[in-house]
This record gives sequence, C-alpha cells and structure tokens, in this order.
Amino acid sequence: MPAISIAKAPQPAATNPQQIRNFCIIAHIDHGKSTLADRMLGITGVVEDRNMRAQYLDRMDIERERGITIKSQAVRLPWRSGIDGQEYILNMIDTPGHVDFTYEVSRSLAACEGAILLVDCAQGIEAQTLANLYLAMENDLTIIPVLNKIDLPAAQPDKFAEELAKLIGCQPQDCLRVSGKTGQGVELLLDQIVKQIPAPVGDPKAATRALIFDSVYDSYRGVVTYVRVVDGHLSPRDQIQMYSTGVRHEMLEVGVISPEPMASNGLGVGEVGYLITGVKDVRQSRVGDTVTTYNNPAKVALAGYKDPKPMVFSGLFPLDGAEYPMLREALDKLQLNDAALVFEPESSAALGFGFRCGFLGLLHMEIVRERLEREAGLTLISTAPSVVYNVTLDDGKKLVVTNPSEYPDGKIAEVYEPIVKATILAPSEFIGTIMELCQQRRGVQKGMDYLSEDRIEIRYTLPLAEIVFDFFDQLKSRTRGYASLDYEPIGEEIGDLVKVDILLQGEKVDAFSQIVHRDKAYAYGVSMTGKLRELIPRQQFEVPIQAAIGAKIIARENIRAIRKDVLAKCYGGDITRKRKLLEKQKEGKKRMKMVGRVEVPQEAFIAALTTDSDKASEKKK
Amino acid sequence: MKLAFYIHVPYCSKRCGYCDFNTYTPTELKISTGLNQISNSYIDLVIKEIELAKFKIKEPVEVSSIFFGGGTPSLMEPVDLGRVITKIKTDFGIASNAEITLEVNPDSVDRDKLELFFEIGINRLSIGMQSAVSKVLKILDRTHNPENVSKVVNWATDIGFKQISVDLIYGTPGESKEDWQQSIDAALALPISHISAYALIVEPGTKLAAQIKRGEVAELDDDLTAEKYLMADQAFTNAGFYWYELSNWAKDNSKSRHNLSYWLGENWLGIGPGAHSHIDGERYWNVKHPTLYKEKVEIGQLPIADSEILDSNQIESERLMLSIRLTSGIETKSLNMKQITDLSGYVESGHLNHSDWQQGRATLTLNGRLIADRIVREILL
Repeated sequence: MPAISIAKAPQPAATNPQQIRNFCIIAHIDHGKSTLADRMLGITGVVEDRNMRAQYLDRMDIERERGITIKSQAVRLPWRSGIDGQEYILNMIDTPGHVDFTYEVSRSLAACEGAILLVDCAQGIEAQTLANLYLAMENDLTIIPVLNKIDLPAAQPDKFAEELAKLIGCQPQDCLRVSGKTGQGVELLLDQIVKQIPAPVGDPKAATRALIFDSVYDSYRGVVTYVRVVDGHLSPRDQIQMYSTGVRHEMLEVGVISPEPMASNGLGVGEVGYLITGVKDVRQSRVGDTVTTYNNPAKVALAGYKDPKPMVFSGLFPLDGAEYPMLREALDKLQLNDAALVFEPESSAALGFGFRCGFLGLLHMEIVRERLEREAGLTLISTAPSVVYNVTLDDGKKLVVTNPSEYPDGKIAEVYEPIVKATILAPSEFIGTIMELCQQRRGVQKGMDYLSEDRIEIRYTLPLAEIVFDFFDQLKSRTRGYASLDYEPIGEEIGDLVKVDILLQGEKVDAFSQIVHRDKAYAYGVSMTGKLRELIPRQQFEVPIQAAIGAKIIARENIRAIRKDVLAKCYGGDITRKRKLLEKQKEGKKRMKMVGRVEVPQEAFIAALTTDSDKASEKKK
Repeated sequence: MKLAFYIHVPYCSKRCGYCDFNTYTPTELKISTGLNQISNSYIDLVIKEIELAKFKIKEPVEVSSIFFGGGTPSLMEPVDLGRVITKIKTDFGIASNAEITLEVNPDSVDRDKLELFFEIGINRLSIGMQSAVSKVLKILDRTHNPENVSKVVNWATDIGFKQISVDLIYGTPGESKEDWQQSIDAALALPISHISAYALIVEPGTKLAAQIKRGEVAELDDDLTAEKYLMADQAFTNAGFYWYELSNWAKDNSKSRHNLSYWLGENWLGIGPGAHSHIDGERYWNVKHPTLYKEKVEIGQLPIADSEILDSNQIESERLMLSIRLTSGIETKSLNMKQITDLSGYVESGHLNHSDWQQGRATLTLNGRLIADRIVREILL
C-alpha cells in the first residue's frame, strides 16, 4: 500500500518543498470531482472507511444538495509514490466550479503548481471547465488530463480523449482514465501527480509571504483563513499582518487539514494550511491578499489581489414587513462568511423595506437568497436582477445606477452597460438556435471552433444585462440542457437603453421597472403586462396594467373587475363549512402583497425574472 | 325562547346530477318497494329523535317554524308529516302563526295529496322548479316535467295555500340569457309570493362535476352568471318581489321566517340524518347515513356525529357572514375601527350603500351583493 500513516508522514513546517505537490481539480458540476476527492481521501488513508461519507469536503447542506462546491478547502494527503518509493505530501486544493466565482478559482489556482482537468467521459468538457482550464494555463500550471466515470455504460473515453488532447496540446493517450466511483486508476493518478507536477519553489529565508486563497467564517473559531506559503515561514507565535489593509493580527492557531483541522508547529515554503486569528469577519481576511509577518513584513505583495466586485444587483424584501429586522440580521450574519456580498437598505413603494444586494452573479444571488430563506426561515421577494449602469446626464453629472427605479427619467447623455465575453460549448446541432438566442440578446459573435466532430465552442460578447435576464435558462431549454455557458466581464459599452415602468391602476410599481434596450422595450412591455394579467387575480375593480417609457404608454392590458364572488346558498347546514372556507380564503389573502389597492401574488414578482411566457400560463392552471 | 325545527327527509326517487345533499335513492339503499313504503317507519324515527332532542332544550320554547326539507319530503305520506307536527306541538308548544313549510317536487304530488298536506297544517310550499327550459333541466339531470310546476302551483292556490315559493337555478352550463329570461318569466307568471334563485354551484363528487372534468359539459361562466343575477333581480323587483337575502326575493310579508332564523343566528333543531342544529352557540350535526341514524335512534341515543362550541370570534364571524347577506346588513356600531376602514373602501367603490352607511348600517348594493364574500372576508375576525 502506498498510503503512509499520518503520524509517520512528513510533518508540517518540517517538509522539504521537494516533497510537496500542490494541485487542484478543475471540473464541471456533476463530473465527479467530489467523488474523486473522496476516493483520494480513502486511498491515501486520511479518512478511514468507516468515517467516510459522500462528498466529504462539501460542508454546507446547500453544497451537498446542489452538487456545487461553493468554498474551496485544502487537504494534506501523505503519499508514497509507486514510481520512486519516496514519501510525498500532496495538497489538494478544492476549487469552486461556477462562473460567479472566477476570481476565487483564480486564487486557488495561484496556490497550485498543477491541475487535474477532470472530465466526465460521458459528457465531455463544459464551458466553465474550459474557462477554468484557460485560467490554469495562464497561471502556467501543469495540466493532467483525466477522464472520469470510465465505468459508465455511456462512457466515450476515446472521443473525449481526442477533445482534451486538442485543447491542451497533448496526445490522446496521455489522458488518464479513472473512476472515482470504483477507484480504478486513482492510485496511478496520485503517482502521476507526483511525477508530473513540479515541486513548489520559494525562499525560506525571505520575508514571509502567504497567499490567502480562501477564508471561511466558523461560528466557534471565527474566521479560518486558508493560505499557501510562498516565501518564509508561518509559526504559531507570529504576529501576522494583512498586506492590503496593514492590519495586525495575533495568530491563535496555524495548522493543516487532513481532512480535519490539525494544529501544527507552522507552515513552511510551499505548504498549504489554515490560520486562525480571532478575526470575526471574512472581509478582514480577503481572498487574494498576502499574509506577512508584523516583525518582518514583505516589501512586495503577491500578484493578483482584487476586491470582489458585485456585478448583479437585486432587491430582497421580506414578504411580511415585520421580518425586516430578521432579514438584516441574517444578511449581517451571511456577510461574515461572504466577502463578496454587499447590501444596503432600500425602500420600495410596492414592497416596503428591504435591502439592495450586490452579488458576483446569478448563482451567487440564488445561493444567498436560498440561504436566507433556509437558515433564517424568511420568505423573501426578490426583484429582477439588474447590472451596474454608468449614466452621464446632459449636464455632465455622472451617476451609477444599480436599481432600475433610480434610473433617471430623460436628460441622459449616455449610458454605459457592462459587457461580458461569453463562451458556450454545445453539441454542434444546436449552433443555429444558440446563435439565434445570442443575436436576440444583442450578442456579437467573436468566433467559433469545433472541439471535436460534433462539439463546438462559440464565443460572443454580450451585455451582462442580457445574461442575467434568464439567458441561461433559455440556453438550457433550447439545447435540451446540453449547452454550457461561461462568461467574464470585459468592460463596458454605450447602450441605447430605456427604463420601462409598469403601472398598476396608473401607479408605477417600482419593483417591476426594468432597464432594457430601446428596440426591445415594446416586446418587454407587451410580455410583462400580459404576464401580470395572467398572474394577478381579478379584483373588485378593473385594474389597468400599463407599460410605459417615461410618460409614453407602450403596452396595455386590463384585468377586468371580478363580477361574482359569493356563494349563492347559506342555510343551516352550510354555515360551519362556509365560515371555514372564508377563513381559509382570508389566510390566502395574507400571502398577497398589497400594491396600492391591488392584491398581487408573490408569483407576479418572480415572473418579472423570466421571459418565458409558458411559465406564466402554467401558473394559471 | 324562539325555536325553529328543520326536519330532513333523506330520500329521493332519483339523484339529480348537481346535487350533493344528504339524500339517498331506493337503488342506493337497496329498497325494492317504493319510498312511500318507508314513510311510516322513517317518521317513527324522526318522532323518536324529537323526543330525545328535548333534553337539548333547557328552557321553555315557542316553535316559530317547521321546515320539511330534503331529499324529497313530499314523497312522505301527509299523515306521517302530520304526526311530526303534532309531536312538536305537544312536546314544545307552537306559535299560532307558525310557518310550516314543505319542499315539493312537482312530480311527486297530485291534487289530493296536496290537499292532505294542507289539512295537516302545512301552510307554505317551496316548489323545486329550477328552470322552465327542458334543455337546462336535462343538463341539471332533473326528471320533472316543467309543465307540472304550474299545475301544482295552481292546485295549491285553489286549495288555499297562501305562501308559495319556487326555487330557480341559474348559471347552468349551456343556459343562454334567453333561456334564463324564459325561466324568470315562467316563474313570475305563477301565483306565488316568494322566489329563491340560486347560482349553480358545482360541488365536488357530483355527476355534474365529473361531466365538467371530462369536458362533456362546459365550465361555469362566472361573468355570465353575474349578469343573470342582475337580470333576475331586475325582473323580480319589477314584479313586486324584493330581495331580503342574497338569493331570496319576496312580496310583502312573504319572507321565509324559517330561513331568516338561520341568517339571524337564532336557535334551531335539525332532525334526521345529517341535519344540523344550533342552540346557543353550539352547533352539532347528525350522522349522515340513514342506517347508522336508525341504529342510534333505536337504542335511544341522540344521533350526533360531531359538534363545535363557537368561541366569541367565531360567533362574531358568523354573525357578520350571515347578516351581510340580508337587506338589513350589519350595524356599523358593532364593528371595530379596522373593520370600518376596510369596509369604507367598498362604500366608495359603490359596493356598500352610501346612505345606509351614513345612517350606521353596512348594506350591500346590487353590485355589492355579487361580491358579498369578498367584502365579508375583509372583516372576519
């Protein structure tokens, strides 16, 4: 057995960098990264079989249920190479697998010398994996291509080996073939990690520099910061300093994860581990920042630090206005663990008091919302996501708009909107429908390549606003779920944009306002008023629904007044039943939001988030 | 104490497609003889239950009304219904002007039988007319011949019945406005003093509900039904019938006093399978099936299935829910500030009568009557 007992393995702070290999796994959701990681924990002996549980490293329930790894983690795996018989320490740095977390991924990659490119050989590579692969190649990482799930009946390892070989410039036979599920090929993979990935290089005598690649809030320990030591040494007695803020912290504990946290005598060059300082908020320990020591601070920070910048904004409102303080508390708590989440109080005429929240992207938004609802037991209404618009007024004044209701009426000289570079991978049969969708969404085609005979990579630039508005759902439904999407911001461009307001009974409902391209304003107005007509129940008065640009009405629908809402009969035997029915109906009414005098069901606010007209009519049934 | 009696007769010769009442046909009960054969034995049970029900009444009462409903109570023998009236008279005491109503299926009586009903003390008839249009009756799955209605009403008038009511149903799928007008005109051509007109309700589990689900019969059209209500109200009013409850119109002094006891929250005893009773804030109801009912009554038990004692909020909710249905409406001084605020919107929108409101009453206007449930939901406790 090439596994080494942990006690006998090289110890933290006393491991020669030559014995260390730092790697990560780049894979798409569902391609079996967690299963492979589980298998590695088992084979290297750091987790005994009886303690094993599926997806060992994914800590949050949400992660496990959705199969998404939101937060990365680093595990120290001792391994005796089957090739040279020497002892090694493998640090497996887990990476988040989604488009919204590109920056976090890039920092995880920066902590490694090599990456396993893991691809499900029944599905082939996906867009986000490709994006992360390019990121890894830019970081000069050694790439080990691995085909997973070779035990599946639908596996096509030969086909996807060709694809991978073409992408990274190797031979198809260089692709390793494993099954995370059965363990087949995993020992060989561990040996190849040792053989192919270079050992870390750093100066143990230089001033300490360690890269923060993750930072997690733990309610018992405070913030746990994951670092990779580049130069120098971290020891339990050090006072450390964050390079970007200059703030000094006492070190309370330093250690490694294997895969449970173990305090150590420190961390040396090339080592990966965690430190705890008593800080209570992840924003004081930011991903990408450099940790150095107070007594001998580094002169130059490690490259690549960025402040996370929210790209997508949405209003979150409690359905029950009385839950506002709970929402604030829940957001505060969430922010301890999510440096990218920003929020500020917002008040909406339609929805009352809530918070304008900024997210890295749509998934981030969904996760935050879900966690608020699940962990704090809140029922929330979220408004349609918006991007950041830089508006210049006629008088030269500039303003930043993240909320359509704050978009100025008229007097606008120019508006800049964020643009992204989008990469879509799909079977080639869908080229037409994908191009049509991108065209509709104001996309500009930048190129197209065949990855293999029947798989294509299509590149477009698109306004981010078009992507946040249910682009991904549309893409999935048009390609029967086969297409994958990745995008990254590349700047901003002038757009011919207008704000479309929705009026109920002549009154503007701020929560429904949307900024759209002028050419699409009419279609948006028609679709939105039509959808609301379906979703808002008839009231005792007529409710006109209008879409307007400024004072100009561009679409109109009418909800006719309800004519009849009464049970004809109420005799002796009916009274109990009828009272209960009325009481039940009254309860149902409480779940409606009053907008002026109009009762609007929650679904109406959700409908504003999609263009899919089928959904509105489904709800009606 | 004033007390009303409801006597339920849970038998019909055939079940109509829209009906979900607690009633049974000979086939369902596996009875080979006619229903008139069980009149005697069934009424024996009713009389026994009245005997048992005495224990529910703690103070002297005067019975103000008796209502024989069903089912089809006119299938019973007059002499048997006479025994019931006598039993109530002797055991409880009855007002000299008590209203004693019998529901009549137009196919189930001849002139002689009607005369006998008159003789035993029935003084009000409620005739199940439903529609004058054969096509509509067919969709409702009614078997009576529409011409029998006028025959029965004319006999009854001859015999001396002063209070005759007809029941109408509107909003049946397939019923045009013209059809409905025809039914209205046919009813108004009769020598009657009271009309009940009900919008058809499709009750789950009925044959009609199944037919609609299968697409054999069209769905109800609430907007059209609302228009039919307006047509009816207009025609009845022009003919001198005034609404006093959402679905009831009467000439002067011909309101159903029995039904008013339900709406005014008075006390009543319901006798027979599935019948509901209300005594001083307690509601209870009997077991539904005639066989189970028989078993209980025969061993001297009140055949109560379940009961609820209303708390003060429920009593108030019921009071609001019932009194809003009447012309007298709700006294605003009985409402709290929030209820008054909630209702004032309906005064502005013309669903509650403005001048009545200023005089301290919340009463429904014609449009308000059509959305009475929506209005009362606002103010339920």
